[in-house]
Amino acid sequence: MSDNTNTKTKIKFFNQTRSEKISKAGAYILLIALSIIWLYPILWILLNSLRTEFNVDGTMVGTVVSHYWPKQFGFDNFKTLFTNTYFPVWFRNTLFVAVFSCVLSTMLNLSVAYVMSKVKFRMRKPFMNIAIVMGLFPGFMSMIAIYYILKALGLTQTLTALILCYSAGAGLGFYVGKGFFDTVPQALIEAARIDGAGEARIFGSVILPISKPIIVYTALMSFTAPWMDFIFARVILGEQNTHLHTVAVGLYYMMYGQIVDTSRFTVFAAGCVCVAIPIVALFMYLQKYYIEGSTAGSVKG
Amino acid sequence: MENNKTGINRFLTKISKPFVRFYNRFMDGSLGTKMSHFVMGSGNVYHGQIIKGLIYFIIQAGYALFMITCPEVNKTPLGYKAFINLITLGTQEGDIFTPADNSMLMLLFGVVTIGITLMYLFAYNSGIKSSYKADQDIKNYGKVTSFKQDAKEMLGNRFYITMLTPAALGAVVFTLLPTIFMILIAFTNYDKERQAGLKLFDWVGFDNFTAFFTNPTGEIAARFLPVLAWTLIWAFFATFLNYYGGILLALLINRKGLKGKKIFRAIFVLTIAIPQFVSLLAMRNLIGEYGPLQNFLVQTGILSEPMSFLANAPNVWTARITIILINLWVGIPYSMLLASGAIMNIPESLYEAAKIDGARKFTILRKITMPYIVFITTPYLISSFVGNITSFNIIYLLTSGNPKVTGGYIAGGTDLLVTWLYKLTIDEQQYNLGAVIGILTFLITSIVTLVTYRRSKSYKEEDAFQ
Repeated sequence: MSDNTNTKTKIKFFNQTRSEKISKAGAYILLIALSIIWLYPILWILLNSLRTEFNVDGTMVGTVVSHYWPKQFGFDNFKTLFTNTYFPVWFRNTLFVAVFSCVLSTMLNLSVAYVMSKVKFRMRKPFMNIAIVMGLFPGFMSMIAIYYILKALGLTQTLTALILCYSAGAGLGFYVGKGFFDTVPQALIEAARIDGAGEARIFGSVILPISKPIIVYTALMSFTAPWMDFIFARVILGEQNTHLHTVAVGLYYMMYGQIVDTSRFTVFAAGCVCVAIPIVALFMYLQKYYIEGSTAGSVKG
Repeated sequence: MENNKTGINRFLTKISKPFVRFYNRFMDGSLGTKMSHFVMGSGNVYHGQIIKGLIYFIIQAGYALFMITCPEVNKTPLGYKAFINLITLGTQEGDIFTPADNSMLMLLFGVVTIGITLMYLFAYNSGIKSSYKADQDIKNYGKVTSFKQDAKEMLGNRFYITMLTPAALGAVVFTLLPTIFMILIAFTNYDKERQAGLKLFDWVGFDNFTAFFTNPTGEIAARFLPVLAWTLIWAFFATFLNYYGGILLALLINRKGLKGKKIFRAIFVLTIAIPQFVSLLAMRNLIGEYGPLQNFLVQTGILSEPMSFLANAPNVWTARITIILINLWVGIPYSMLLASGAIMNIPESLYEAAKIDGARKFTILRKITMPYIVFITTPYLISSFVGNITSFNIIYLLTSGNPKVTGGYIAGGTDLLVTWLYKLTIDEQQYNLGAVIGILTFLITSIVTLVTYRRSKSYKEEDAFQ
């Protein structure tokens, strides 16, 4: 009797490990297949930036070609990008805008987030409701009005205008930060208050030092936004002002401007690689904060 | 009946509260406070708070000067004239000698002047409050606060005001005022023919809205419903396919005993980090007629000849399905990350308890893992649905709203409400129609948010996993 149950469990155990093994192998195969699908377009852009193929007449083949793997590698596209296009200027513009809007946005965003989370003042609820309602309008619906307000201020077609566009409304996106500050125990603030610290001191020397995750997350998000947006940049800076473009606008026009020039695809790819590498490096380096921040925002709503 | 009455009463009390406070302060306050109602800052000067009083006085003088002198920008006045212009939207029809009034700037400046006036009223109220507070201080402590003390307060108990002011100013100037302006545009006939400075435009009431539902020519009304339908279909599939796809991927990566979790996760995070205009334009060319993918499909005999899957697709649905598929590539990594976070946070005790009870793997997945992930990520689901309704990049970068549709009113087969809005305002200068679409989009997103927010709140109150 006891022998019987023993073999039964043995068989069950044996079968389980076997099916376990099969399903594990299946999981690996599936994951590798998915990884290939996800990497396929990325690798393709990278390969195109290095593709150095020549026509019979000696000119470069810059168009999209039907073979995936380049027949010849080289850095000619990058050379063209840096000597024959405005790319270095675009890159500098974008970096300038990104740095300033990052600092400004982070300050505005986190100060609102902190106040909304920790100070229970009289107008708090109405303010929060207004912010929620404002967030539901499509962002660029008001672009025309912003354009004319900037014009009245004499700021259109300047990079300052773009910085203001990206960062002035940053206070309205306080939810993620609020979610973070909600988890900071009120007791910490009370204790500092009992010690006689003023509210500014409390924020500066109690709250900020423990807020590194949310500061890094907010800064990362606002730093990367100017590299990705091309809607505002396009309208505010004007289509013709090539020297004022950001990388996204410049590269978009390189491919799909008024004159569609399909032979610049490989140069475009080189530009994409130059933009993507620093951004990806930044993301990978700060991955932990990114994941923390995006989960905090979603859990708290 | 009784309840209703108290409801109205409560509402009335709430509404009248500021006025009652205003009245009380006037009756109760000192001579200085009474004076403050007419000349700002006089109450503070009366109590010896000279600097504070001067600041208030300068605010009032500045506002009065602004309203009376009506400074002009681009030949359009601000100040009190802006209020008149806001109603008329200009009277001077243009001819060869004189340019027409700029109705657009008049509308904008009207809104700006209202904004400035509201800020002034806020300062006005705060001036009276400050004087009244000085009265109270004298009554209670025998002396008023010095300017230095007040300034210090701004870093102390009133620090939140110091922190909020810059953000609030930025949001008012760059978000609130422009949005109000665009809402008002929806009630005018501001279009291509009535460009700023060329021809006047005027208030038309709800005409633009009715045009969307019952237009005599019916053109825009005929386009609106299909675009709306596609927007909702897109948002539904883009949200739910990505959501469940992401959860499945997360379950796969986080399998117990699977090696290389970090590497796999990094591969998918990589696609989040790459700017969308890069990855989407890459996709567009990769699957284009000349790209390697089509070449592969033709060589393997799946396709007989290269065809367009996007902007020039023979069938609208080919382009639409392609976009939804490409969006899986874009969106799954996000929801995978969130679901991964949720999975890693599931308390081990839950699993152990289930194992002791002899639960099978699938049961554990169905009864513990899935509900937990869904519970944690529901708010994300809501915000991503709203985000998909207003998602601009993916459509614009992949197809620019094409393929073209007959009788399109420039809306193509894959245009969402927002890309249509963009085309109407930026490319076609049909500002009034664009504004209406903006408002309708807002109505849709707010209904979705309201309905689901209530649901998720009741969800939270259950505290199922807390």
